[in-house]
Amino acid sequence: MVEPLLDIRGLKTWFKTDDGMVRAVDGVDLHIDRGETLGVVGESGCGKTVTARSVLKLIDMPPGRFEAGQILWQGRDLIPLSMDEMDKIRAKEIAIIFQEPMTSLNPVYTVGDQIAEVIALHQKLSRKQAIAGAAEMLRLVNIPNPERRVHDYPHQFSGGMRQRVMIAMALSCQPKLLIADEPTTALDVTIQAQILELMQEMKERFGMAIMLITHAMGVVAETCQRVTVMYAGNVVEEASVEALFGDPRHPYTQGLIRSIPRVDRSAEKKQRLEAIAGTVPNLLEPPPGCRFAARCKFAMDVCTQGLPPLKEVGPGHYVRCVL
Amino acid sequence: MSAPVASQAAATTPETAKPLLSVRDLRKHFAIRGGILSRVVDKVHAVDGVSFDIKAGETLGVVGESGCGKSTTGRCILRLIEPSSGEVWFQGADVMKMDHNALQAMRRDMQIIFQDPYASLNPRLTIGAIIGEALIIHKLVKSRQEMEDRVVQLLETVGLRPDHMRRFPHEFSGGQRQRIGIARALAVEPKLLICDEPVSALDVSIQAQVINLLEDLQEQFGLTYLFIAHDLSVVEHISTRIAVMYLGRVVEIAPAAELYDTPIHPYSEALLSAVPIPDPTVKRKRIMLEGDVPNPIRPPSGCHFHTRCPIARPDCSQRSPVLEEKRPGHWAACHYRD
Repeated sequence: MVEPLLDIRGLKTWFKTDDGMVRAVDGVDLHIDRGETLGVVGESGCGKTVTARSVLKLIDMPPGRFEAGQILWQGRDLIPLSMDEMDKIRAKEIAIIFQEPMTSLNPVYTVGDQIAEVIALHQKLSRKQAIAGAAEMLRLVNIPNPERRVHDYPHQFSGGMRQRVMIAMALSCQPKLLIADEPTTALDVTIQAQILELMQEMKERFGMAIMLITHAMGVVAETCQRVTVMYAGNVVEEASVEALFGDPRHPYTQGLIRSIPRVDRSAEKKQRLEAIAGTVPNLLEPPPGCRFAARCKFAMDVCTQGLPPLKEVGPGHYVRCVL
Repeated sequence: MSAPVASQAAATTPETAKPLLSVRDLRKHFAIRGGILSRVVDKVHAVDGVSFDIKAGETLGVVGESGCGKSTTGRCILRLIEPSSGEVWFQGADVMKMDHNALQAMRRDMQIIFQDPYASLNPRLTIGAIIGEALIIHKLVKSRQEMEDRVVQLLETVGLRPDHMRRFPHEFSGGQRQRIGIARALAVEPKLLICDEPVSALDVSIQAQVINLLEDLQEQFGLTYLFIAHDLSVVEHISTRIAVMYLGRVVEIAPAAELYDTPIHPYSEALLSAVPIPDPTVKRKRIMLEGDVPNPIRPPSGCHFHTRCPIARPDCSQRSPVLEEKRPGHWAACHYRD
């Protein structure tokens, strides 16, 4: 078997708070192969963002800490690495873009300076060459008049354009993995379509892998090859995108898919949405056993006794459920 | 009081029933002030001539992207924001001419729920006080006991427990807070509920709970909804008819299924095709719109959409299209689509 690009094993990232230990990520296993797009889906607080930030060690420690697990990047565990060693991996090998591009760009520097800074970190270039490189990146992400816009400040760009700038910055060192944390959530739907298309184009051009963190099942269905579904700090299902939508096995995944209104179904066939009752459990004291049990309509006694293991139910299709 | 003049009716439905709410040529211009004297230097045409009707018992969905004026429209109808011009007729009464007392009385019949249920609930009041406040203001209860009984009843109606009335907003999740917002709106037994992005801040599984609740309440109390949202799938699911807005104007109004099956306006078409479908086996042709929504301070001349329109012709930048009934009950504002 080919070694995966990124292999997260049994990761536990916990946060110490005044109320106790929050088990935000509590035993996550996932892997990404070279050149593939993995969707990580789940609702607020399921641990998808903490998982992503753990990979780049962008977690404030304290209050956060790695309780257990490994983050194997091309076979090498990132957890014991020093900050200096991590800096060699960040941006150059693994880059990240965030939901709100305005808060991740520095408002007092031009976008050209900010992209040039990233380029200069990893290649020996003069400032002029680096700025020219930045303009080239802006052209690549389809920003009109890149030579002029490179001297503009972030506030002079619209939300969609800022996200293009972020993508340009992230890709300027040609990383092997792009982590995209809700990259289109703050954008309007027509702009979202543009950004998703741009990410696809960039992926084909640079051959990088993408870890797409999102809560939007529609975005996953249209852009990913494989999907990991998270719930309350655990992975509950992992499958190819076809298997996940065609034959979802975990009751949570099933509920998630059935609770979304579908534009493509005509009104006559419209059914009542299948809502999942209740709310997500408190991660301070996660319930013993399956964390979804309290909301699951198939729950049995055994479900609350121990956390079921991820079992393989089809080729590459894993589910954490006793059923 | 008389109904609005028929000749102005841009989007009346063919049925004879008098609409519960009629909006005619509604405009809201926000002044932009600048300089040391804070002079008005420019205007944002947030709502730029919007007209529609809502019949009793139906749900009119209003969709559009950020800055299209959908929320401002909702607030202007209640006069939470004072419109610059235009008419709003509610149950045959002219809302624009109402004085403070008449407006207050009118708001018993027309309520609003907001996107962010945390910002719209007073953090220092218990849930009982928040819901009870409306009952007291409108003098709907005579005693404390009666108020509590009614609050309990409302909490149960929206799927919360009676003991929740003694708690504070921060003790609730987003979905529960939205239920509280709904209970508060229902307290005065309104006829029309303006829902301004009511589920946008919620996770999908919770979103479905709230949508189902709104549907149940509509059936139970015969409510009429003006449902404002940017999520087209949600709007399509809940609406009887849908109005699509772009830069302060309504570009299309049609029955929900018809809009989705056979949109007329190129903007509606592009908007619909941009919605990701949660099914990897569905492959659709996507109409990619170029560029961003233009600045509403200086919207494009003529048809506001011509700068991004795939079928625009030279005169689209000269002439402003009006909403025309292109098919029965299906209105669109485009020179070149029928």
